[in-house]
Amino acid sequence: MGRLRSIPLPALAVSSLVLVTTALAFVFFVAPNDANQGFSQRIFYFHVSLAFTAYACFIGGAWNAFRYLWKRDPRADLESYVWVHQGLIFGAMVLLTGSIWAKISWGRWWVWSEDELVLFLVLYLFYCAYFMLRFSVDPGPQRANLSAVYALFGVVLIPVSFAAIRLAKEFLHPRVFTLHGPNFGGWILVTYCVAQAAMLVLGYTLYRLELGGKRLDARLRDLREALA
Amino acid sequence: MSYVRDVGALLRKDLLLELRARDTLPAMLLFVAAVFVIFHFALPGTPSRLETTGFLWVAILFTALLGLGRAFVPEREQRTFDGLVLAPCDRSAIWLAKSLATLAFLVAAEVVALPLYALFFHPLRGATVAAVLLADLGICGVGTFLGAMAVVTRARDLLLPLLFLPLAMPIVVGAVGASVSASPGRYLGFLALYDLLFAVVCWASFEYVVAE
Repeated sequence: MGRLRSIPLPALAVSSLVLVTTALAFVFFVAPNDANQGFSQRIFYFHVSLAFTAYACFIGGAWNAFRYLWKRDPRADLESYVWVHQGLIFGAMVLLTGSIWAKISWGRWWVWSEDELVLFLVLYLFYCAYFMLRFSVDPGPQRANLSAVYALFGVVLIPVSFAAIRLAKEFLHPRVFTLHGPNFGGWILVTYCVAQAAMLVLGYTLYRLELGGKRLDARLRDLREALA
Repeated sequence: MSYVRDVGALLRKDLLLELRARDTLPAMLLFVAAVFVIFHFALPGTPSRLETTGFLWVAILFTALLGLGRAFVPEREQRTFDGLVLAPCDRSAIWLAKSLATLAFLVAAEVVALPLYALFFHPLRGATVAAVLLADLGICGVGTFLGAMAVVTRARDLLLPLLFLPLAMPIVVGAVGASVSASPGRYLGFLALYDLLFAVVCWASFEYVVAE
């Protein structure tokens, strides 16, 4: 983690640009068409890697929340918030790509039969509430405490909700879906890995960018207070 | 042992307060009865057992929210929260006692609401009653915890449903599943697991919610 933090932001920005471009090229020109779903299945490379990145962000948020409660480090509070914020942005994109995919596959903008999509909707509502909570408490240790505890609830909610959605299927949709089962190898795997790496690096870059901005804000505020 | 005594004392205080002021329970009873009447008109035709079961759970959840929203109001209005936090007892005892008090109100409301549901709509199954009891534990434990969070924010009562409903989704799945499924055991097990998991999380982290 420490080594990751010492990478300068411009380097991160350049590498995410290169990776995202490469991923786009792979997704559109290298990956083969899916046998059942054809061209439209390619959105999955982004959909899945965005979802994975969003999870990583939420887990990063919870980890920093835990660090805050443990070590009482105010920086961890800010880091936790920025992770959750990035997670929410990536979560919005997961919902968007999922919705587009549902429209192409089933002709409707929303389907309740996709576990991952429903889970993201629940998580999205949960983390939106996190923001409501955070912005209705004045900055200070209390806000940090409440945000941290709620962010920790989030990582408990993820597996519990997933299990719940699986269980709910048995009485909501008796039919069980299995998504395109064919061999997940060769160029498909390579393309997915590139897309995944691109999204993770992009997520981390955005995180660092926002964190830098927020820290600058805080320093500016401190300086203004010192001068006033 | 002293922990149990602390919880008992706090619980007694809450029940006594309700007995004298009668703020929460009559409101919950009236609300749930009114919701049933609204449901009758909101469900066109003769609703099936499946549909009314779903609505029963919506009614229970919202009635619980009504009670949970009131849970920490006396502390806020009388400004006694600091006193509670300063009391020489484990802070999680505050959460446990308050959860038990809201559980008592909710169960009392359901003792009226469930027969009323059976009278208005369809007879109840044994599994539904078991699911109600298990779901109540989760609703009151998590809801009281979030109520303590919401009460210190500027938005207050507005925030509790927003914080609570995403976390209540698994409860609804377990409860509705147990009410409609032919083999409710798995769903009841899931509810029990949820209760246990979140009880541990709430119990362990409550002191951070009330810490200044």
